[in-house]
Amino acid sequence: MKEKTKIFIIAAVFIFFYFMPFSNYRMPQAILESLLMAQDYARQHVLLCLIPAFFIAGAIANFISQENVIKYFGAGANKFLSYTVASVSGTILAVCSCTVLPLFAGIYKRGAGIGPATAFLYSGPAINVLAIILTARVLGFELGLARAIGAIIFSVIIGLSMHFIFIEDEKKKNLNANKNLTMGKVEQEDKPLWQTTFYFAIMIGILIFANWGKDESIKIWQIIYNFKWFITGILLIVLSWIVIKWFKKKERIQWVKSSWGFAEQILPLLLGGVLVAGFLLGRPGGEALIPKIWIENLVGGNSLWSNLFASVVGALMYFATLTEIPILQGLLGAGMGKGPALALLLAGPALSLPNMLVIRSIMGTKKTLVFIFLVVTMATFSGMLFGNFF
Amino acid sequence: MKIEILGTGCPKCKKLTKLSEEAINELGVSAEIVKVTDINKIIDYGVMVTPALVVDGEVKVAGKIPSKKEITKWIEKN
Repeated sequence: MKEKTKIFIIAAVFIFFYFMPFSNYRMPQAILESLLMAQDYARQHVLLCLIPAFFIAGAIANFISQENVIKYFGAGANKFLSYTVASVSGTILAVCSCTVLPLFAGIYKRGAGIGPATAFLYSGPAINVLAIILTARVLGFELGLARAIGAIIFSVIIGLSMHFIFIEDEKKKNLNANKNLTMGKVEQEDKPLWQTTFYFAIMIGILIFANWGKDESIKIWQIIYNFKWFITGILLIVLSWIVIKWFKKKERIQWVKSSWGFAEQILPLLLGGVLVAGFLLGRPGGEALIPKIWIENLVGGNSLWSNLFASVVGALMYFATLTEIPILQGLLGAGMGKGPALALLLAGPALSLPNMLVIRSIMGTKKTLVFIFLVVTMATFSGMLFGNFF
Repeated sequence: MKIEILGTGCPKCKKLTKLSEEAINELGVSAEIVKVTDINKIIDYGVMVTPALVVDGEVKVAGKIPSKKEITKWIEKN
């Protein structure tokens, strides 16, 4: 396996240098675009948006009891609740993309069954906190909101469809699904709910006010904009007070540690994604290696074909956590329609070639194909719907 | 003694493996560390959130990386 990987890497590097049109007049431009795009991210998105988002993700991983959520996925849980929780719990449970598949497998095999499992698989990766925050920040508020809402609504539809298509199999399977799901014995002292809520509200407040944009149209927003650093400062003081007063030393260390864990894991991938996106597609307004006209022809406008193409590509391609965002930013700048962009955002993180293989090993070829078909159709459809309005 | 690390290969699982190895070496006990990466097998333990640590067939922790002190405690008890 190791030797094989080496050969593969060497071959890839060789092919890269063999075919790359370095002398092409677009090359310097493309390299410049890729560096400029990385600079854009460093200047605009890292300090004010990503870092607070990492701290929020770290807090979720530490201070929200995941066991309370997982009990709704059990075999005996109320069906209505299972679907509802499955469709929204990605915000809390899917902060790290590697937790999505085991959870899916667990819900499918030992818990509430194929419906909630596929609902979770579809919405989980799309609505994790980091993804929503960065989508809204980089690609615009509507697209961020449409992504979250689209993922939640369509996950329920997909889950229910899977349930009813395979209802016979489900009846047989549920007989032997009685072993309990476990989180292990994690000692965790719960804080009063109001404290946790307040703590999260303050952090989200910091994120919102630090990123408050200039808006001339409405007076009150303009006033808030002028005072945004003042408000952010006050919230920061409140947050430090909370952290000192309510938290033990061990909890503070854990919080920082898991926030750092996310940053350590995601930042290198994101940098890679930004560089590649900049190199191939350029920043909005600029042009890099791939000519704009290609993008416009493939995924411009809001036709059925553009949306379908975007969702099929999204379903096949593997996006490391958050890298779908710079790639889409590049595509949108190069003329991709907003509808196809949403289609790609919906189909992308939920599916990829590698994870299709894992899903297949869990629920078999037939169910996997139906699931893929549903995801691609739903993503195409919601892309068209969104493209019509925006 | 058999120690199993359940996880599909994410960075957290590797960290847990390293910590367990350190704990075993410090205690000087003979134990076998097995990595379980197959999702279907992981689910058979009833674990949904990886990484997880299993000592002699019993799930000790799932969903987070325990401290080395905790791992040492679990190994000593067996």
